[in-house]
Amino acid sequence: MNLTLKIWRQKDATSAGALATYQVKDISPDMSFLEMLDELNEQLNEQGEDPVAFDSDCREGICGTCSLMINGQAHGPEVTTTCQLHMRSFKDGDTITIEPWRADPFPVLKDLVVDRSALDRMIQAGGFISVNTGSAPEANSVPAPRDKAMRAFNVATCIGCGACVAACPNGSASLFLGAKITALGELPQGQPERWTRVVDMVGQHDHEGFGGCTNIGECTAACPKEIPLDVISQLNKDLRTAMKHGL
Amino acid sequence: MALLDGTTQTNQPPVQVSDDAAGYYTLGAPLVDPVAPTGPIKDRWTNRKFENRLVNPANRRKLDIIIVGTGLAGGAAAATLGEAGYNVKSFCYQDSPRRAHSIAAQGGINAAKNYKEDGDSVHRLFYDTVKGGDYRARENNVYRLAEVSANIIDQCVAQGVPFAREYGGLLDNRSFGGVQVSRTFYARGQTGQQLLIGAYQAMERQVAAGTVEQFTRHEMLELIVADGKARGIIARDLVTGEVSTHLADVVVLASGGYGNVFYLSTNAMGSNVTAAWRAHRKGAYMANPCYTQIHPTCIPVSGDHQSKLTLMSESLRNDGRIWVPKNPEDAEKDPRDIPEEDRDYYLERIYPAFGNLVPRDIASRAAKYQCDAGKGVGPAVREVDEEGNEKFVRRGVYLDFAEAIERFGLDGVKEKYDNLFDMYARITGENPYETPMRIYPAVHYVMGGLWVDYHLQSNVEGLFVTGEANFSDHGANRLGASALMQGLADGYFVLPNTIRDYLADGPFEKIDESHPDVVAARTETEERINKFLSIGGTRSADSFHKELGRIMWEYCGMERTETGLKKAIGLIQDLKKEFWSNLKVLGTADTLNQSLEKAGRVADFIELGELMCIDALNRRESCGGHFRAESQTEDGEALRHDDEFAYVAAWEFGGEDGQPVLHKEDLIYTAIEMKQRSYK
Ligand SMILES: Cc1cc2nc3c(=O)[nH]c(=O)nc-3n(C[C@H](O)[C@H](O)[C@H](O)COP(=O)(O)OP(=O)(O)OC[C@H]3O[C@@H](n4cnc5c(N)ncnc54)[C@H](O)[C@@H]3O)c2cc1C
Ligand code: SF4
Ligand code: FES
Repeated sequence: MNLTLKIWRQKDATSAGALATYQVKDISPDMSFLEMLDELNEQLNEQGEDPVAFDSDCREGICGTCSLMINGQAHGPEVTTTCQLHMRSFKDGDTITIEPWRADPFPVLKDLVVDRSALDRMIQAGGFISVNTGSAPEANSVPAPRDKAMRAFNVATCIGCGACVAACPNGSASLFLGAKITALGELPQGQPERWTRVVDMVGQHDHEGFGGCTNIGECTAACPKEIPLDVISQLNKDLRTAMKHGL
Repeated sequence: MALLDGTTQTNQPPVQVSDDAAGYYTLGAPLVDPVAPTGPIKDRWTNRKFENRLVNPANRRKLDIIIVGTGLAGGAAAATLGEAGYNVKSFCYQDSPRRAHSIAAQGGINAAKNYKEDGDSVHRLFYDTVKGGDYRARENNVYRLAEVSANIIDQCVAQGVPFAREYGGLLDNRSFGGVQVSRTFYARGQTGQQLLIGAYQAMERQVAAGTVEQFTRHEMLELIVADGKARGIIARDLVTGEVSTHLADVVVLASGGYGNVFYLSTNAMGSNVTAAWRAHRKGAYMANPCYTQIHPTCIPVSGDHQSKLTLMSESLRNDGRIWVPKNPEDAEKDPRDIPEEDRDYYLERIYPAFGNLVPRDIASRAAKYQCDAGKGVGPAVREVDEEGNEKFVRRGVYLDFAEAIERFGLDGVKEKYDNLFDMYARITGENPYETPMRIYPAVHYVMGGLWVDYHLQSNVEGLFVTGEANFSDHGANRLGASALMQGLADGYFVLPNTIRDYLADGPFEKIDESHPDVVAARTETEERINKFLSIGGTRSADSFHKELGRIMWEYCGMERTETGLKKAIGLIQDLKKEFWSNLKVLGTADTLNQSLEKAGRVADFIELGELMCIDALNRRESCGGHFRAESQTEDGEALRHDDEFAYVAAWEFGGEDGQPVLHKEDLIYTAIEMKQRSYK
C-alpha cells in the first residue's frame, strides 16, 4: 500500500516542533507499524534527510518502550502496543498522523521520543517490597490465595509504557499507579508497607506534575495490557484507608 | 584419573588432531581456571563462600562498582550490592532499567525445589544441565547454579513476583524441553517480565536509598583498563551525545547476549555486543563464540521487511503437538482437513522418550530437516544454496493445540497461554485457537561470551562478567528456563559473594581522568564516533547489518560446514572493508542520533561475526547449538569428539590486523561421566 505520513519533527527538547509530510510506497500489510517507519527511515537516509527518531526495543509488546500517538490515539487504533500494530489495520491511500506522547511530565527529547523517567521516580518512592537479598523465607511458607495471586498477576502485566498518561485529558498516571498498588497490595508479601506505599507513591505522582483522575476512562481504553479501571478505585480506597491510619 | 583433592577425573584430557582453521588463528598457552574450587562437588560453593574474604561495612561505602546492564543479571547485582552498602553506578541504554531485554523472557525459570516429589534434586538439575549442554560446560559452575536455584524462587516470591499458584495457594510449576521432571516456575507467558520487575524494584529501592546511581539512555562505548586493571568505562549519553568518563574500583558487565549478530533474532532491537567486544579488544578473552542457540518455536519469517523474529514460548511444547503432513502435496491444504494418518508427529516418532520435549537443538534441527525434505508448510520461499542453486522451500511446521483444547477445554488452554496466542494472532493475522500455529527455528540465545573464572572474573583483573554476557554454565546448548536462573543466580547470589574477595584488597588507589590510559580510551572513543560520521558513503548501518545477518545465518547458522565457514570469513572481511569506506550516517554527535548508535553496534558485530566463524571452523565436531555437517552419526544426530574438543575455546584479540589467539581450557569432570547424548 501507499501512505501519506504526517510526522512530528522536533530537533531537541528546547526547539519548537512541527508536522512534516512524507510518502511511503509498497508497504506490506504484514509489516508492523515500526517496520513501516524503518522503511521510511531507510528512504530518508538515502535522500540525505535526518531519519525520524522513535523509541522501540523488544518489538514484542512487552518492554513498553514504543510510544506513538497514531491519529490521535495512544498506540493507534487497536488495543495493543505500537510494535504489535500491523499495517493490515490501515488502508491503501490512508493519511496517518504520528506524534509523541504529550503530557507535561513527559518532555519531548527529539521527534517522537519522550522522557518517561517520572515513572521510575514513582517506583523509587515506594513501588517495591523491602526485602534484602538472602533474607527471604522459604517460598511456600507464605501461601498466596490463587484468586488474589491471579488478580495481582493480571495487573502486574502493566508494561510502564505511559499510554494511559498520554490518553488522559488530565495527564494523570493513576492507572499505572493503581496497577502497581494493586499488584503489590493483593499479595501477603505486600501488606507490611501497603499504607506507606500508597501515600508515598501518590505524593510523588503529584510532585511530578501528573494530573488528578476524574474518572474519564480514556486510560483503560488506551492501555495495551487492558488494565481495568477498578485499580484506580483500589488506589483511592487504599489512600483513604492510609489517611485514616493517620499517614 | 585420581586428582589431588581426592576426587577422580572421569574423562581424558582432549588432544586436538584436526586443524580446519589452520591459517586463521594462532595457538596460545593453555588456560586454567585459577580459582576453581576442589574437593567433593557438593561442598565447593559452601566452602568458597566461607573462604572468600569479607569487606567491612565501613569500607564498602568507599568502594565504587560500575555495572553495565540492568537485566536480571545486572539489576539483581545492583540491588544486592547496593543493599550491602557499596557505591554502585548502573548503566543501560534503554530509558528505564525495567525495559532490559530480560523482560521478554516468556516461559519460566528452573529451580530444584522438588515440590512435586517427582525425583528432582540439586544433583539432577546439575546433571540435566551438563548433559543438555552436551558436556561442554564447567561442572563447578553448573553445580553451584543448581545449588542456588532454590533461593532464587524464595527471593522473588518475597519481592512480590506473582508466580502461578495452585488452588491451595502454593507455587505451581511445569516441565520444559530436555527434562522429565517439573521444575519450571512461571508467571503465565510473562515470567521474565515479572522477575525483572522484581529486580528492578529492588534496584529502585536502592536508588532511593542513595546506594545506586542509575544512568539510563547511556551506552558504554569503551572499557578503561588502567595499569592492567579494569577501572571504568567511557559512556555516551544517548540524548545529549555527551561522552563521559566513569571511574570505579571494579567493573561488572551484565550486558546480555549478541544474538543480533544474525540480524533476525528474537532479541530486542538494541541488544548488542559492544560492551563485551570493547572489553575483548582490551584483552578479555571471548569464549566459545560460535555456540548459538536456535530456538525451535518461533513465528516463521514472512518477508524481507522483517526487523525481528518472535518467539513462541517453549512451554507450548508441553501441550502442543508438532507435526508436518506426510505428503508434500498437502502443504497448501487447510491443516484441519488433513486426517490423522496423513500426519507425521516426527518428534514423537523419532524420540519416543522425550517426544515434543526434546532439547532445543534437537527439535530445531528436526524441523529444519523436515522442511529441507520438502515437508514444510506455509508460503514457499526462494532460497539459494552455497553452489548458487535456486529452490523453493516452505519453512514452517505445525504446532497443534487441537488435542489440548479437547483435553483442558478452550478456557483451560486460554488460562495457560492466552497472551502467547494473542501475540501469534496479531503477528500472523491467523487464529491459533482454530488452526494450528506455524513455527520455525530462529536465533535466540548465545552460550558464548566473555571468559570468566569461577568467581565470574574475566582474565582482565577487576572485570567481572555475569548473565548471558559470560560464557559459563550452559555449555554448547542451553536448556529452557536456565538463562533466567543463571542471570539471577549470578546477580543475587554468586557475584556479591565472589566480588567481595576481590574488593577485600581495597580501598584501591584512586585514579583520575588525567591518567594516560583513561585519556587514551576517551580519545579513541571520540575519534571512532567522528569516523562514523565522516565516512560519507552511501549505505546505512542497517543495510550492512542485514547483509552480515544473511551471511551468518546461511553459513554459521543451524548447520555449518568447512567450505561454508571459509566462504563466510571471506565475505565478512569484504563487508568490513566496505563498511569502513561506504557507511553513511547523517546528523551530528551532539544529539540523539539513532543511526550513529546503530553504526557503532554494527561495526562490533562485524568483527564478532568473523571470530564466530573461525571458532566454528576450528571445532570440527557437533555439539549442542554447534552442528558441523562433517560430524554426525549415521542417523543424523550430532556427533561429539570429546577426545579432541572437550575444552572451552577462549580467544584472545590478536590486534587490528593480527590473527586471534586460541587458548584452550580443558574441561574436567569428576561428578559426572560424559556420555553420548540420547533422547530416544
Ligand atoms: C523472547 C525470549 C524469550 C526468552 N525466554 C526465556 C525463558 O523463558 N527462560 C529463560 O531462562 N530464558 C529465556 N530467555 C533468555 C533470557 O531472557 C536472557 O538470556 C536473559 O534475560 C539475559 O539476561 P541478562 O541480564 O544477561 O541480559 P539482558 O536482560 O539482555 O540485559 C542487558 C542489559 O545490558 C544493557 N546494555 C547492553 N549493552 C550495553 C552498553 N553497551 N551500554 C550500556 N548498557 C548496555 C542493556 O541496556 C540491558 O540493560 C528468553 C530470551 C528471549 C529473547
Ligand atoms: S497501565 Fe497500561 S497504559 Fe498505563 S503504563 Fe501500564 S500498560 Fe501502559
Ligand atoms: S517495543 Fe517493546 S513494547 Fe513495543
